[in-house]
Formats: sequence, C-alpha cells, structure tokens
Amino acid sequence: MSPKQRPDFYDRSSVPTGNLLANARKQALARGLYDFPIIDVDAHHREDTASWQGLIPYIEDDAIRMFAEDVTRRESAAGMMGLEIRWHSNSGRIVRPGVNGFADSLSDDGRDPLVRRTIWAMDEMAIDYTILFPTAMLFLGLHPQPQVEAGLARAYSKWLTREILPQDERIKTMLYLPFNDPQAALRIVEDFSDDPAVVGFMVTSVRYKPVHSNEFAPIYAALQERNMPLAFHAAYNWNDQSLSLLNKFISAHALGFTTSNMVHLTNMLMNGIPERFPRLKLLWVESGLAWLPFMMQRLDNEYLMRTAEAPALTKLPSDYMRDMWYSSQPMERSAKQSVMEATFDIMDAERTLLYSSDYPHWDFDAPSTIYDLPFLTEDAKRRILGGNALDLFGFKAESSATPPDDDATVTATEHGEPVAPPIGP
Amino acid sequence: MTERERTQVRVGPVAEFRDGDRRIIDVGGTQVGVFRVDGRFVAYENQCAHQGGPVCEGQYYPRMEAVFDDTGRSLGERANYDVPHLVCPWHSWEYDIHTGEMVGLRGLKLRAFQTEQKDGDVYVIV
Ligand code: FES
Repeated sequence: MSPKQRPDFYDRSSVPTGNLLANARKQALARGLYDFPIIDVDAHHREDTASWQGLIPYIEDDAIRMFAEDVTRRESAAGMMGLEIRWHSNSGRIVRPGVNGFADSLSDDGRDPLVRRTIWAMDEMAIDYTILFPTAMLFLGLHPQPQVEAGLARAYSKWLTREILPQDERIKTMLYLPFNDPQAALRIVEDFSDDPAVVGFMVTSVRYKPVHSNEFAPIYAALQERNMPLAFHAAYNWNDQSLSLLNKFISAHALGFTTSNMVHLTNMLMNGIPERFPRLKLLWVESGLAWLPFMMQRLDNEYLMRTAEAPALTKLPSDYMRDMWYSSQPMERSAKQSVMEATFDIMDAERTLLYSSDYPHWDFDAPSTIYDLPFLTEDAKRRILGGNALDLFGFKAESSATPPDDDATVTATEHGEPVAPPIGP
Repeated sequence: MTERERTQVRVGPVAEFRDGDRRIIDVGGTQVGVFRVDGRFVAYENQCAHQGGPVCEGQYYPRMEAVFDDTGRSLGERANYDVPHLVCPWHSWEYDIHTGEMVGLRGLKLRAFQTEQKDGDVYVIV
C-alpha cells in the first residue's frame, strides 16, 4: 500500500506538539537536578545564514569577506564552508524546535535567537552552564583553502565573544582553532584566552595534519602556559578513503566519530606529547565511551611488545589516557551493566568523565543518562555532571538553571511543516 | 490490579477520531497518548523507553524493509505502509503502533493502557 492509498493515516503523522523538552524537565525535577551544578561541555548551535551574515563584518581579509557576503546573500552559509550530506535527521524522524525547519515560539526578550534557544534548552534540562560549539564548523578543517578556515575561525571568535556571549554568562565557548594554519591558530589562543567566556580551545578532528607535528608545539606550549584545555571534537568525513566504503550514514557516523579521535589520540601518545607538555589538558569530545577500553587495551598491548618504537613514553598509553578527559555523549548504553561498569572503571570516569548533551543534535543525551546509572554514587554522578568540568575549566558556578513554565515553547508543526514562521532575523 | 482500582478516563467521542488521529491526555501527571489505528484504539504513556522522550508526539513512519532476490543480491529498500511505526522525536526509536513494541529490540515495549468504547466515547483505563 502506498502513502497515496492510505493518505489519511500518514497525513495525520505530524501533529502540533507541546514543549518537546518537557519530559527532560520532568526528569530533572524528579531527580533534583536543579539542585547542583550541571555543566554541558558540548552543545551546539545550528547557525542559520542570518547568523553567519552577522559575523561576516569581522572577516579581516577583503577577498574572503566579499566572497562570504555574496555567497550568504545569494545562497546559504553552507556555500562558504562546504556542504556535508545531511542524513542526520533520519529522513525527518527527528524533531527539534527551532532547528531543521521546525518552528518554535520562543518569546522575544531582545537577545539573539541563538542565546534564547540555548538558554531555553539548558533550563529545560537543568543545565547551568554550556560550552557551545558551531555545528557548521565541525567540517571546516576539510576546507581546501586554509586561509578561509583561518579567516572564518577568527571572525567567528570575534563575533561570538563580542556579540553573543556577553548576552548571557551561562554560555561559554572553546574557540575553534584553525589547525591547517598553526600560526593563525596560535594568534587566536593569544588574542582570546583572556576573554571570560572562553574556557578552552577546540580542534575539529576531521582534518589531515598530524597533531604531533612540530608546527603545533607553540600552540601546545601556549595552552599549557595558560592552563587552558584543548579539546578534539570528533566527526566523520564520509569522503575519507576508508569511510567512503560505507554506504550508510549509520555506518560512517558510528565509525567516523570514533576513528577521527582515535587517530589523533594515538599520534599524541606515541609521539610523547603528554611528556613534552605534561600540564597540557586534553579533552576528547563526542566519541562516546566504548572506544576507551578498546584503545587502552590495544595500545598498551602493542606498546609492551614495541616499547622501543615509542621511547618518549615513560608509562603505559592507558596511564596517559587516564590523565585526559572525555565527554560522555553519545554514551553507549545497550550492553549489560557490567560492561558499562568496566568501562567507567578502566577510564576512571569519576575523575575523567564530563557530561555533554550535544543538544540539539540527533543523538543528544539528557542529564538523566548519567544520573540514572545505578552503579554510580551520588557524589560520582555530581562530579560527572558538573564537578569535573568545573575543576577542569576553572570557573565558578554562580548561576543556576531554573525550571521554566510548562509552555515556554511550542513546536508548531503540522504535516511536517512549520505552522508559524521560525523566530529570528 | 482489581477492577475497582482502575480509573476510567474519558478521552472523547469516538466519532472525533479519524484513522491516525490521536489525543494526549493528562491523567494525574501521567501523559497518555491515545491513537486510533485501523479502527481500534491504542494508548501509550508519552514516555519513550530510551531516554524518556515524548514518543506520543512523534510521527508515523512506515516500516522499512530490505529487498533481496533469490540469489542473495540486494534490490534496495522499500517502505511498508501497512506496518506503521510511531517514531520518537528525540532520537527516532521506532515502535510498532499496534503493539507498542520497540522494533529494533523486540520485547521492549511502551507502557500501554487499555482502552474501551462506551456510548460513543472512548475511554482509557489507567
Ligand atoms: S527518548 Fe525516544 S528515541 Fe530517545
């Protein structure tokens, strides 16, 4: 039977819905999550073209700025950064208010829609502070023009720190470092590390320069000196030679989001970056947790046979890994509990694990995913949800999320189409 | 649970439900989605078995099927519109709307409630 033969049923598939994060708020209230600090170390904004137009005046290079002005006026922001293939919403099955063409009806309080949407989601999930990262820049490391990567990264840093972050102190950032131009990356560290909303720096892992290369040494030294974390955010490059063998998004995503970080972590370890920069704080973002027992066992096992090949190391690779930090999402929860417990144990999760939501992306995790783990003590839950991040990033939690009104926002959709215009410019 | 302890909650007139129509009602803080599917009514708690998302506010998608020929070659995938799934809007876990069963993990089910029709109205028993 085709949808044409059964139009009524499937036409009634999309209904006006209530607040799509209301259940997260109920979970938070039932668990007392509003009572202690929760820090989300990786949430995202999906910049619409209007946002990118806002940062264009900050592009310093005339040619890149003129190109960006034109392409965002006539086409879209994706036109300047490169397009990825967008299977993420699972052919429309995933719904997020205010993104992916779905409308919302957030009230206008004069602040940028990006700020309002972010704070709304944080309040619903009882998140006190969030570290925000731009979705569209996850793939910018693949841009064939290093000067465009560097120019956009710098413009984004200025726009975000001058126009967006001052609007709410609960939103922080780890600024994008354009690693294809190490000098430009170093300048961003030097110029922005004093900004109170900048709590660290981020390298997107989909890129093809080895991170142990000597040209990055000045960046690692500068970060170590400033005591600021460097995060590596996983993603996938479906055009990568290995991943291009995979014919499905599920496959490229499942593997790419781990292998992209595995490669950089392995280079870091085997080349002794933790020995050369012993106070450099490294954080690995969005590879989940199941890769960690694998990596620890795999690298230790080979290191013991081939110690001579990694002479910079003075201890096991897994020992260095337990001196790093890891974001939790997407936390694999499908195995039996003992497997998860072993994972938490081998990575010393009570010290090294930081909660991340990844909201509004398709595989986001609510804070309850951590809080409901039966084998963690209350103290461990609170450390993972917030305490570890506060220690790592070194800021004080002074504000707190409050549960918003029941109908703070509505996803107004019918038949898959927004019924009200999306907010924003 | 004995007959006496159950609460009958009126959802609305049967005539107001066309095939695929739903209504989400609040019963003492529990949200229950009531759906009319193929002439009968099913009711589930508006809480997904994955992370507790609002599954009853999700969309209907047909079951997807892989097509192979006799020689083991893949001929692509097709949508079977006769088997509608209710898809949670948070991360797209899919449930057979007739049974509430999670299609990727048979045996895992949405919390279901009985429905009854009486004098032209549909009731949910909670
Ligand atoms: S909560 Fe329903 S799919 Fe995750």
